[in-house]
This record gives sequence, C-alpha cells and structure tokens, in this order.
Amino acid sequence: MTDLSRDYTKIEQAARTRKKIVHTVIYIFLVFWALMVLFPFYWMILSSLKSYSAYNGEYIPKFFTLSPTLENYVNAFNAVPLAKYFSNTLIFTLATTAIMLVVIILAAYAFAKLDFPGKNITFTLFLALMMIPNELVIITNFVTITNLDLRNTFTGLILPSITSVFYIYLLKENFAQVPDELYKAAKVDGCSDMKFLLKVMVPICRPTLVTVVILKVIECWNSYVWPRLITDDANYFLVSNGIQEIRENGFGRDNIPAMMAAVVVISVPLIILFLIFHKKIMEGVSRGGTKG
Amino acid sequence: MGKSKYKGWLYLLPAIVFLAVFMVYPLVDVLVYSAEEGYSFASQTYTGTGLFNYSYVLHDPYFLQAVKNTFLIVIITVPLSTGFALLISLALTSIPKLKNLFQTIYFLPYVTNTLAVGLVFMILFKPTFYTDGMVNLLIKFFGGQAVDFIEGPYWAKMFVMCFYTIWVVLPFKILILTSALASVDQNLYNAAKIDGTSKSRTFFRITLPMISPMLFYLIITGFIGAFKAYSDEVALFGTNLNVAGMNTIVGYVYDMLYSSGGGYPSYASAAAIMLFVIVLTITCINLMVSRRSVHY
Repeated sequence: MTDLSRDYTKIEQAARTRKKIVHTVIYIFLVFWALMVLFPFYWMILSSLKSYSAYNGEYIPKFFTLSPTLENYVNAFNAVPLAKYFSNTLIFTLATTAIMLVVIILAAYAFAKLDFPGKNITFTLFLALMMIPNELVIITNFVTITNLDLRNTFTGLILPSITSVFYIYLLKENFAQVPDELYKAAKVDGCSDMKFLLKVMVPICRPTLVTVVILKVIECWNSYVWPRLITDDANYFLVSNGIQEIRENGFGRDNIPAMMAAVVVISVPLIILFLIFHKKIMEGVSRGGTKG
Repeated sequence: MGKSKYKGWLYLLPAIVFLAVFMVYPLVDVLVYSAEEGYSFASQTYTGTGLFNYSYVLHDPYFLQAVKNTFLIVIITVPLSTGFALLISLALTSIPKLKNLFQTIYFLPYVTNTLAVGLVFMILFKPTFYTDGMVNLLIKFFGGQAVDFIEGPYWAKMFVMCFYTIWVVLPFKILILTSALASVDQNLYNAAKIDGTSKSRTFFRITLPMISPMLFYLIITGFIGAFKAYSDEVALFGTNLNVAGMNTIVGYVYDMLYSSGGGYPSYASAAAIMLFVIVLTITCINLMVSRRSVHY
C-alpha cells in the first residue's frame, strides 16, 4: 500500500516536472518570436534617437544610447515635408472613411430593411463583385482619373476608395438582425425611413460601424499603390509615398537616423490607435479583415 | 406605394454609381484594353485588335522574371507562414498565463505601415560604408560570411523578401488560428484524455480536423495575397524593382501603367488578366482539395 502510493507520488511528480519543462520551452519560443516582432520597432526608435555622427561612428551598433537626441525629429520635419505628408494622409483618411460610411450605411439599409423590385438579384451581383481583384480594375481607374484631370488632387485619391462591397455586406448582416417589429412600429408612428435609420439603426449597430471605421482607417493610412499611381506632386503625397520619397532622395542616403525618425512619426498614430482599441481591432479583423 | 417602392434604389444609388464607374466598367474595359494593339495613351488611339499584347508580355524578360519571383514567394511563404502560425497558435493556447499579452504583441505588425517597417528591415540587413549591418554582424559572429542582402546575390534578396513577407502576414494567421483553436469543443479533448490518447494522435485526429476549415481559409487567402505581393518588395528594394531583379507580377502591371512615357495600359491589362487567371486557377484547385479534406 505504502509502496503503491509512493510510486503514485513519484509518477505525479515526474509528470509535473515534465509539464514545467514543456511550459518553459513553450515560453522561450513565444518570447523569442515576440522579440522578433518587437525588435524592428525597438531598432527604429533607438536609431532615431542617436545623433548622425554617433550612429555612423558605431561599426558594431549599440543596443542602447546614453545621449538620446531629438535633432533627427527636427530634421525630419524640416528637411522633408513630413508634416505635409502627414496632414495629407489625415485628410485622405478622414474624407474617405466619412464618405464611405454614408454610402455603405445607405446601401446596407436598403438591402436589410427596404423592399424594392430586383433587390435579391442586385445583392447577388454585389456579392459577385467582392471577387474582383483590385489589380484588375486599377488600370482603367488610373486612366479614368487621368482623363478627368484629377491626378494630384484629393478627389482623384479618394473617389475609387469609397465603396467597399465587403463592408456593405458586413453592415447589412448586422442591420438585418435588428427586429422588423421595430421598423414596423416606427412606420406606424409615422417615422420616416431616414429618421429611423439615423435614430435607431445606426445607434444599435454602432459596434459594427466602429469596427468598419477602424479597419478602413488602417487601410487608408497604409495605402500605397493607388496614391503612388495618382500622385507625382509631393504636395499630395501620403505617408507611404513620403517614406519612399525620403528613402530615395530625402536626407541623403546615409542619414539613417533622420529616416528612422520619419518612420517613427509615421508609425506612431496607428500604434496608438492599436494600443487603445486592440481588442476591437483584433475582433474586427478576425471577423473579416484581410490585408490586401 | 408607387413612390416608396423605388425608395430602396434611391438608397442604393450612391453605392451603385461608384461601383459601376470604378469596378464594373473597369472590368469590361480591362478586357478591351488587353485586346487593343498599339494603344497610345497620349492620343487614345490603337492600330488593331488581337492577342499581340499577351504575346508581348509573355516574351518580356521582365515579366518572366516577375513570374518567377512571384511563384517563389508563393511557394516559400505560404506553407512556411501557415505552419509557423499554427505552431505559435498551438503554443499560445497551451500556456496558462500571458496569452493576451503575447497575442497583442504578435498582432502589432498588422497595424503598421509595411513601407515604413520595411525600411527598418532594409537597414538591419544592409551593409553600408560605416557598418556591416546588424544581421551581417550576427552572421560574422557565428563564423559566416557577410552578404549584401539588399543589393547582393539573388538568393539573399529572396531570403529577406520571404522573411519580411512572413513577418508581415503572420499576425493575421495567428489571430485566425488562435480563435479557431479556442473554439474547439473542450469535451473532445477530455474524452480523448480519458481514453489515454497520445498527444500527437489528439492533434492529428481532433485538433487538425476541427480547425481544418479555418486552415484552408488561411491557405486560400494566403495564396491570393502572396500572388499579389508588391508593396513589401518596394519597401525593401525601392521602386525600381526591375533593376533590382525583384519585381512581382503586380509590380510589373504597375510599372507598365506608370512608366514615364505615358504608360502602356494594354500591356498592363494583359499582365493583370494573366495574373487573375493564375490566381483563379490556383484558388479553384485549393477549393477542390479543401472540399475533399475538410472534415465537416
């Protein structure tokens, strides 16, 4: 009996030790990858704080700096029009997101609550459009915008990015969950469709709308291809194009600290947004974001 | 009733107008462009119709290089990133503490500007006049030979390319797989435990089949995304990808469209359509395979 129970404790202990070892290995692996993810961010902040001479004086780069300086940030704003890129991106992002919201809310409402001839077939056609890759339509859009003389204007930047079939679909699904009784009751009370949409539907579906807004803001802030095609005047560059411009003929090729300062400035807004809304963003992305 | 019957169309109008102008019309137009031979952007005239644009693109060494690069990126990054994401997700679900912290950290690359972070990667990998760069110093430390990863040999450039692509696409895959793993019914695991099923058998017989729909979703979107690789390349090698020898099919399309001579929308259209056909074929194959192997 005592023998048996001693064996049992031994086995239990061995199992516990093994579990501990496995957990340690897993933690080491996870920490390793976390470092791989964080290291580039650390490196860009670190390099941006080193002075030009200090950075280039280190054959073996140091992992910390004892004399941090902000001169690179001053440089980044003075030597290249970083503030301009920044405000351009802000205008582009806000305008695109706002106009898109109006368009998709109206469309989603029509599909979810209104009855009209040809609704189902139209919705199917909309869904079919989701499969069209951007690369295929961007060629004609480029020609269209060029022919309309809208290159190097905000209108040209914004127009093709306004509609998203996917977000209409996402919102329609959410709108459809609002009970029809509510709609009928409002109708009986003489409430107009527009008023119902603004006073009832939009507040009820706010979580989905917030998700859509966040995803769209991220998309706009990072968009590169369309702005690059449509702008060649630095006055209309967005941050992504600005970064490319800075890299190719900004500070002179070797002023890496100043380059890194610009990179930090560009990355910070989204990182702050992420730190505040990380739950919401991750939830939204897993519900249907892809990076494309 | 007559008026309210068409109210729905009124609400749809803005969306329909934008979609018609910027999606449906371009879709038709791209086919037209690809068949117009000798189209000139400046005068908007063309000399004839036919398949010459396709044959031009197919004989263009830059296009062939782009196709080769794109296929290499797809073949290397899709399996590696999916497998690695699965590994990380499994590790994440098996630890008791700090899960949320790790998840948040791993997701960070998703929200950052790929062009901005690409610049950091370039600096880490590139030897300059002053220093060999972080990565090369590491290689030297372990007794290797320094390599210029950004302007050096092809394999080195391809390595950075794939490494960066994987770094960029992992957040999305980890997120999807951890939520898929979390939604597997715990009773199945408990039942397996009572039966004394081994760890590997539990994984292959329960975990993998249960998450297979999500896994296939990731593989399919991964293929599509990798075929469209472009801005990550620009981030690492600059805008002149043809000179760097690192162009992709999408990059080729844009270069054709953008070139200083006014652009060649016909060649761009032909290349874009070929890309679309390739992606469509691969997606169909993927769907067929997944229909056979997804377990429920």
